[in-house]
Amino acid sequence: MPVSTSTKNLLNEVGGISSFAGRFFSQWYKPRYEIAEFFRQCYVIGYKSLPLVGLTGFIMGLVLTMQLRPTMVDYGVESQIPAIVGIAIIREIGPVLTALIFAGKIGSSIGAELGSMKVTEQIDAMEVSGTNPFKYLVVSRVLAATCMLPVLTVMSDAISLYGSYLGVNIRGTTSFSLFWIQVFESLDFYDVIPAFIKTYFFGFAVGLIGCYKGYFSSKGTEGVGRSANSAVVVSSILIFIIDLLAVQITDVLGYN
Amino acid sequence: MSNTILKKENIDTIETQKKTEPVLMVSHLYKSFGDNKVLIDFNLKLNKGENVVVLGKSGSGKSVLIKCIIGLLLPDEGEIHVLGENVVEQTSSSLDKIRAKIGFLFQSNALYDSMTVRENLEFPLRRHWIKNNPDEVNQLVQQALEDVGLGYTIDMMPVELSGGMRKRIALARTLILKPEIILYDEPTTGLDPITGKEIIRLMIHIKEKYNTSSLIISHDMNCVKLAADRIIILLEGKCYAEGDYETLRKDKDAKVIQFFE
Repeated sequence: MPVSTSTKNLLNEVGGISSFAGRFFSQWYKPRYEIAEFFRQCYVIGYKSLPLVGLTGFIMGLVLTMQLRPTMVDYGVESQIPAIVGIAIIREIGPVLTALIFAGKIGSSIGAELGSMKVTEQIDAMEVSGTNPFKYLVVSRVLAATCMLPVLTVMSDAISLYGSYLGVNIRGTTSFSLFWIQVFESLDFYDVIPAFIKTYFFGFAVGLIGCYKGYFSSKGTEGVGRSANSAVVVSSILIFIIDLLAVQITDVLGYN
Repeated sequence: MSNTILKKENIDTIETQKKTEPVLMVSHLYKSFGDNKVLIDFNLKLNKGENVVVLGKSGSGKSVLIKCIIGLLLPDEGEIHVLGENVVEQTSSSLDKIRAKIGFLFQSNALYDSMTVRENLEFPLRRHWIKNNPDEVNQLVQQALEDVGLGYTIDMMPVELSGGMRKRIALARTLILKPEIILYDEPTTGLDPITGKEIIRLMIHIKEKYNTSSLIISHDMNCVKLAADRIIILLEGKCYAEGDYETLRKDKDAKVIQFFE
């Protein structure tokens, strides 16, 4: 049976990413540990993404509340807005939106950075200088992305809920403490933990795809642009796939 | 008396042997990418204190050769002996020890964009586990920069430097480990003729000052004429001709003449 070129390309891509992930798992725990580079990447990936993630989170919480309000008023359940927004943000919108923003900012920047290092022979220069470039560049970035996205998601969720509080108070009056009591009363252990755990997988996917695309970048500066672009596209798709799987798993385990 | 003369003769012989002792030997090297055979039974010898230029057209496999020597590419067949060790058979940690004795000047300079000039120079020292106190490291960095005449650029970023300055800084980074062999990949490519000549003079100065052996990959005839003690013409993956500049310039073979026209 003939296989189309696009199918072959897709299978090649899946095979390449799987083998790259395998290389990561076989190397990340072995010395020499690039601790300084890992913390530097945590700073670059985590701290420097905070303003963007915070701003989008705030707007998301505010807009979601304002869009929800008319329908809730029609049904006479206006008082349930904090609970509904809280569940939506913590369980789904916060993790996914933060991961997508993270993929846009960090996935593209890792892809472009490693891609330009590749085409200007900086990766070869590292190898010649007694450095395992895979550990120095890839392992440190993937671990930093995996560790930083959950932290950013928690912060983004909190900022989103502040945005929501503002949204509730534009047309109504809900006290600060009442708003938070309603949010936390609606949330369960099973709402928070699975949502938090899946962000580690989102972070891993963004870091791994960004590194994979950059590390195998070719064809000069044009290739660097293409690496950055496809890092965002592929990691965004992966985020949705992981989210879909996470929902199925939590459903099977009875946490929904 | 005769004993003294004999001893002196022995010392002279040892000195001559040392000078002609190969620091780099490439034997029967084969490398191909798919159906494209890049190197076919290629042989090369680089003696101590010698500058050998590998001359060839673009795409003739010069960079592939140099990357096989440093262990960035694995040859299909053949042996590469660097300072007596076969590069092809090394584990990654023993290869790193050999690499610490070889300097590599990349065609694109390969300076790390995210690091200052100082950090670029410190990087090989730190990565090869060369333990020096901060004062010693600083002194080594300063000395390498003084060698290339760019001491004042120490805290600058690579992006702030001109093409010629970047080449010099890359050369300083190559020198900082005091290598016994330096591999130059197209050292004058992308530079104007004046800057190119300055880089060649610097390469000769470094060879004289540190008694390094150099393998220079080039198609720049200025570089070949000024820097080469011996020239190897790489054609169709093989060592097509070998000799000094004057010998090859007078060669009647059409394929050799085309390089000197």
